[in-house]
Amino acid sequence: MEQAKFKVHRGEGSQGQDVDYTVPIEEGMVVLDAMHYIQKTASPDLAVRWNCKAAKCGSCSAEVNGKPRLMCKTRLDDFNLSEPITVRPMKSFPVIKDLACDVKWNYEVNKKIKPFTPKDDTDWIMYQRDVDRVQEFRKCIECFACQNVCHVLRDHNLKPKFAGPRFFVRVAGLEMHPLDGENRLEELRNDMGIGFCNITKCCTEVCPEDIHITDNAIIPMKERVVDKYYDPLKMLLRSLFGKK
Amino acid sequence: MNIQDRFEVHEHDVLVIGAGGAGLRAAIEASSQGAKVALICKSLLGKAHTVMAEGGVAAALANVDKDDDWKTHFKDTMFGGKYVNNYRMAELHAKEAPERVLELEKWGAVFDRTKEGKIIQRAFGGHKYKRLSHVGDRTGLEMIRTLQDKGVHMGIDVFMECTITKLLKDGDKIAGAFGYWRENGKFVVFKGKAVVLATGGIGKMYKVTSNSWEYTADGQILAYHAGAELLDTEFVQFHPTGMVWPPGVIGILVTEAVRGEGGLLTNNKGERFMEKYDPERMELSTRDVVARAIYTENKEGRGTPHGGAFLDISHRGADYVKKKLPSMYHQFKELADVDITKEPMEVGPTGHYTMGGVRVNADTAMTCVPGLYAAGEVAAGLHGANRLGGNSLSDLLVFGRRAGLYASEYAKKNSGSVNINENDILTAEKEMISYFENASGENPYSVHIDLQELMQNNVGIFRIEEDLLKAIDGLQKLTTRAKKVKIEGSRMYNPGWHMAYDLGNMMIYAEAIARCALQRKESRGAHTRLDFPNPKLEDAKWNSIVKKGGNGEMIVDRVKSIDMPSDMKKILEETEKEKMSKYTNALSGGVTV
Amino acid sequence: MATEVIEKSQNNAESFGQTQRKDLWWLEPLLYAIGLGFFIIYATWAAFQGKHYEYGPYLSPFYSPLIIVDWWHFSPAFLILWIPAGFRMTCYYYRKAYYRSYFLGPPACGVRSLSKSYTGETAFPLIFQNIHRYFLIGASVLLFFLWNDVIKAFNFNGEFGVGVGTVVLFANTFLLTMYSLSCHSLRHLIGGCKDSFKCGYQHKVYEKISCANEHHMFWAWTSLFMVGFADLYVRLCAMGVWTDMRLI
Repeated sequence: MEQAKFKVHRGEGSQGQDVDYTVPIEEGMVVLDAMHYIQKTASPDLAVRWNCKAAKCGSCSAEVNGKPRLMCKTRLDDFNLSEPITVRPMKSFPVIKDLACDVKWNYEVNKKIKPFTPKDDTDWIMYQRDVDRVQEFRKCIECFACQNVCHVLRDHNLKPKFAGPRFFVRVAGLEMHPLDGENRLEELRNDMGIGFCNITKCCTEVCPEDIHITDNAIIPMKERVVDKYYDPLKMLLRSLFGKK
Repeated sequence: MNIQDRFEVHEHDVLVIGAGGAGLRAAIEASSQGAKVALICKSLLGKAHTVMAEGGVAAALANVDKDDDWKTHFKDTMFGGKYVNNYRMAELHAKEAPERVLELEKWGAVFDRTKEGKIIQRAFGGHKYKRLSHVGDRTGLEMIRTLQDKGVHMGIDVFMECTITKLLKDGDKIAGAFGYWRENGKFVVFKGKAVVLATGGIGKMYKVTSNSWEYTADGQILAYHAGAELLDTEFVQFHPTGMVWPPGVIGILVTEAVRGEGGLLTNNKGERFMEKYDPERMELSTRDVVARAIYTENKEGRGTPHGGAFLDISHRGADYVKKKLPSMYHQFKELADVDITKEPMEVGPTGHYTMGGVRVNADTAMTCVPGLYAAGEVAAGLHGANRLGGNSLSDLLVFGRRAGLYASEYAKKNSGSVNINENDILTAEKEMISYFENASGENPYSVHIDLQELMQNNVGIFRIEEDLLKAIDGLQKLTTRAKKVKIEGSRMYNPGWHMAYDLGNMMIYAEAIARCALQRKESRGAHTRLDFPNPKLEDAKWNSIVKKGGNGEMIVDRVKSIDMPSDMKKILEETEKEKMSKYTNALSGGVTV
Repeated sequence: MATEVIEKSQNNAESFGQTQRKDLWWLEPLLYAIGLGFFIIYATWAAFQGKHYEYGPYLSPFYSPLIIVDWWHFSPAFLILWIPAGFRMTCYYYRKAYYRSYFLGPPACGVRSLSKSYTGETAFPLIFQNIHRYFLIGASVLLFFLWNDVIKAFNFNGEFGVGVGTVVLFANTFLLTMYSLSCHSLRHLIGGCKDSFKCGYQHKVYEKISCANEHHMFWAWTSLFMVGFADLYVRLCAMGVWTDMRLI
């Protein structure tokens, strides 16, 4: 039977090492299957998060050969099996154990976003053409692969100041909602630090849901922030004719 | 001993265990009633099984088919459940579902729209009219995200990755819960005046299942040990369309929306075999019928290469398929190398849902244990012997809200502080630590694999007495083996340890399924006995009851199904006559292209 | 079974380029660096020349519109080139390209960035990226002149004609137009700033712009190549190195 070699990060907290495992492969196998095989045979205590196994819940994020992926949709036949495949936990978050990271920070950020607030006297009529944009953002399964790959969090660890791509997507979904009456531009600029994003597009590259994070969410939000804070003409017009 | 010194203790009015749709909805309701609420979940928030619900939420909004109303929805639900449903639950569900769905929209959910700008609805198996509000094929995700975002702004305390292993009582009343943090294995005590169970289902005891690791009958067995009754455990729904190839993805759900959007089922001879099993409704028949049909086609040699049926949606055109079924398109493309806009899928039955569960009061969702509530899949009664697609998402909204509402009322009435028996806590702790005592033994996962094999082969879609007895016997042996497993490593995030505990719950519920299946000597809905192929007379309608005896033994009994008042009976008959002609029209509209 | 022991190091202790990636992640930023670098060198050289920018009915896009005034003692190209240069420098696509290729921040996804401290586009000078839309307006004005140049390129001393140069100028202006139409700022102004579209027509325009926007990178590179080539073509003709061929 054909086999694949894995180097899987094992260890608690900041301490850890790569441990070698050999796993027999079947047709259509994904990395998560291999992790389950390891649990069932060699190491039942291998910590790995997963739920749906169909790319719908976003639990099984990890770095496979250095790339942020969902393990449940990373197929082994995409790899050169003569070399070992490395599986590591997400780098931008503290490791709890093995492949499980502490992602609670993301939930804290989410809490601070102003909730959906319907406009006064709305009739709840929305057209498909208006909700198409919003629906793209609502596809997000919160795998946090974008948060993990974003260099602002990954390399520079600007966590208190910068909310990360996931939450720009979330805010974009609220801001572009045709019936939302709230404004979140000030928070976007000041608290969420959208200006730290230098649109290097890694979030879009790793998104398993194919959300065009940069082009459809971050840049449109940056443009709206420009409207309010950086466009001299608009600022002048506003000060002359009152708030628009 | 002061428990505060030894354990982390939290105190709330209402504890909600499980943070899927039902749990979140209950927590939101309880919180809005002024209760201090704890929401406890095994996974991270927003990862619960609700995200995997695809097709839609059933509610008679009548946005697409103007003739639809709650009465028709009620009738469909009762008919689908083969009339052993709790009629009152079906009534409340049909009446309240539209309001619950519209409420979601007010909290920010963005459903697909009709041309007039209203929520669009699609056809689904067993529903007379186009009734399922949806967002492509990711309706559950939309719902859970909406509820999650609503909930986090209400001041609900969320405890993520925390598993409850025991419900604590103060005399007869509920008083709290004991559990462990998955992250570090430390124990935690939650004091609460009322507890809402919303832990979902049991599917992980089957080999082929669409369910995740979380579905290990936790809530059912917590309630069972706390003295509540289980109802109708023999009714386990096998969804007709799960993936059958490649091996790693076997069982993953293929949404019923594929058939709702006009997908055609064929066998290896190219025949639309549903003609033989349900010529009137064809592919949009109820799930029990379609699952049995695919199974039978395979048994008689007309299956596909990997033991399923072909399901084809390619005739709807690539753009339409990608717009309406985007995640199905990606799922097949990425996991099975199949382009569903060009070629048919291969599908077969997969363990999906349990109609049975904790017995509750229809109006209040309370069990027979004062202060203990249950809602969503963990509760039983609404769906009878078979659930209609889309009724689960509406179930968790309607009864999640009711459970939260009545739990908070109960907590208000019982305003004094709760007393917890310290010995109960120590016993619960000891039980969890005892798993580490075996110096040698097998991997808990091996026992799980054998359990899945046993249940799949003997308590599956088709059942006979011999197999059921074999299963009961096999479960005794597995229970003994489960006690001897060896846990490697520490209490830090240790899935092996968690599995060892989960095995116990699954084993008890598996026994309840097998024993009730043995007791029900007829075929009804999702329960098919090869040795008793026909349903018994209507007047012999009854429900199975399971409870824990004084010596820890399992007591299996039966109760007569609740009698419907005459005005409800009349509704069933009236809608039957009045809408028969429109019914056939609506159905053909749903299937034809 | 353990092989190598690694401590999960503090982020800042890591060195540039650190990654677990096994693919040729450096290839893309390298190609972009070479491509962009080549163009910048050529464009700077060509702008400094101040001659050989006209040949027959053709005018090099680097010098269009041609502004010759007494007080300006340098190449006339510099009077206008700051507009397209600014447009491209503040472009959302080029920002990605040069942040990756030149600033190495990060060079590729999942590869450690070069810089230790980072302020992104929140501080001087990069905060000026926010005025991209004004360069869009400037570039649109230039497009007007460039289309005018294309019309002139059909006019060979009063008679209609098409030369290879005409085709080159036409292709150049077409690509520059597509590059501007696919601009993120334009997409914002045309409908991105609204939460709901007034009518189906506005939505259709927004959809078309969005569709072009998806390929903004393609338009960015093709138009960049073509504008350089158009200048080179006119230059070579003007220098007598190359002879323009009449097609019609």
